[in-house]
Amino acid sequence: MHVGSGMSLASFEDAFAHALFAAPGEADPAVADLVAQPAFAVYRNTVMKSCIDALQANFPAVTRLVGEEWFRAAAAEYVAQERPNTPSLQDYGTTFAAFLADFAPAAELPCLADVARLDRFWIESHRSVDAPVLDVTGLVGADPGVLAGAVLVPHPAARWAWFPDSPAYSIWRDNRARETAGGDLPWRGEGALLTRRADVVEWIGIDHAACRFLDACAAGRSVALAIHAALDVDAGVNPARMIATLLHAGAATRLNVPIDQPA
Amino acid sequence: MISTLTAGLGLKPQHYDEALACPAAGLWFEVHPENYLVDGGPRLRWLDAIRERHPISLHGVALSLAADTAPDPEHLRRMRQLAQRIEPVLLSEHLAWSTWRGAYHPDLLPFPRTNEALARIVGNIDATQTALGRRIAIENPSHYLRLTGHEWDEIPFLDELVQRTGCGLLLDVNNVHVSANNLGFDAAAYIDAFPGAAVMEIHLAGHSRDPALGDALLVDSHDAPVSEPVWALYERLIARIGPRPTLIERDDRLPPFEVLRAERERAHHALVPALAEVA
Repeated sequence: MHVGSGMSLASFEDAFAHALFAAPGEADPAVADLVAQPAFAVYRNTVMKSCIDALQANFPAVTRLVGEEWFRAAAAEYVAQERPNTPSLQDYGTTFAAFLADFAPAAELPCLADVARLDRFWIESHRSVDAPVLDVTGLVGADPGVLAGAVLVPHPAARWAWFPDSPAYSIWRDNRARETAGGDLPWRGEGALLTRRADVVEWIGIDHAACRFLDACAAGRSVALAIHAALDVDAGVNPARMIATLLHAGAATRLNVPIDQPA
Repeated sequence: MISTLTAGLGLKPQHYDEALACPAAGLWFEVHPENYLVDGGPRLRWLDAIRERHPISLHGVALSLAADTAPDPEHLRRMRQLAQRIEPVLLSEHLAWSTWRGAYHPDLLPFPRTNEALARIVGNIDATQTALGRRIAIENPSHYLRLTGHEWDEIPFLDELVQRTGCGLLLDVNNVHVSANNLGFDAAAYIDAFPGAAVMEIHLAGHSRDPALGDALLVDSHDAPVSEPVWALYERLIARIGPRPTLIERDDRLPPFEVLRAERERAHHALVPALAEVA
């Protein structure tokens, strides 16, 4: 039987997918009669709205900071550049922070990309694999020599970053909590740590040294080397207090003692 | 177990506590598996807790069975993992495509029902049923566009899928109403011709009028109560084929749980006499 359009399924889908985002006049002639039907807008609008809705849901602090109208306009530009690559739309926008960093209309809000990174951290923390949290008491009584050579393994739900240029964490936290950020926020670098103990994602501000310490732990360095990394950026840091703070927040899941260490 | 299911509701996070506590007989809940393909965390625990009290149906929106490519093996693997965890009473997907050349288009997109499309979809349903180790139900789509190039009418196409893959069907009565209105066919005749023995599940939902075109274009928007014409088609359907698990679908402009539950009770009460007849 002759196919009316004579088109393969793949050609049809190529043309249809392209037309969803193309200007009406730029559609492939193969689907021109479909694009010309007013009902084509149902598909065009649904796809665009679903993508923007997903971004708005994934970046609540960014949305609150810039307002819904500005956010949705920026999101539409992002969608035009980058389609979702997975049906799990919580994972849409992994490059949104980088997009905002280069987005000219956001130039007056230099912390916006970092706020977006923190929104993304929240999603990653919320859905990461379940794992035990290493308690401070897990280290009490450990031989200091063994401890120094052991590796503190970050919890799979832990996410942290140091933002050298702006109080991105305070701005994110206040917008996440639906509070208005204080106008007299000191403009200085901040670090953030997000963790999840059981079901609730929690966050604290941490300093540059603690971020370096966690970076070193994540790279598989020993506790002693991680402390050195922390001291490199802040010679005045109190390692015991820093580690206690991080463990109290739930940043680690276990202590790996190398097998060649004495028990 | 399926024979004891009557009417179910889509599970919405906003209604989680009420859904968990709801004691209604025959009640079940349906979720989109794509929202639960996570490594851990509270979402899965919520679903586990609901599952302890109520049967769950997994209604996929993203397998993209009508795309001219095999289903993503990683997506299938995660679906299988979720299905093993939840042990769903029903598992369904759409006669549509959404993922194409690596990009996901969050909608259910149409295609010409050709022999080529039939062969591709048969292969994709086979691959899905093999990967998931169970029979799935395929849902009839909502239509907005007049496509040329069809070699098959929709009902023979669906029937052929059933014959060749052993899959079941999910009959969305609102989709029939919307499509009949938009393309100009007789909804009751479609309902009467639908292969009843293959129907594993029924969907009921609300629709809206296109803001520009009004009644000429109905949109399957899931943002309103089930309309009276759809209820009438539903009663006509179960009078012919007998009771089937029936879902009230609502995704937008969500009313209080009690309002949805009242709609659910209406379907439940339509099913109970039919169940008694079967018994």
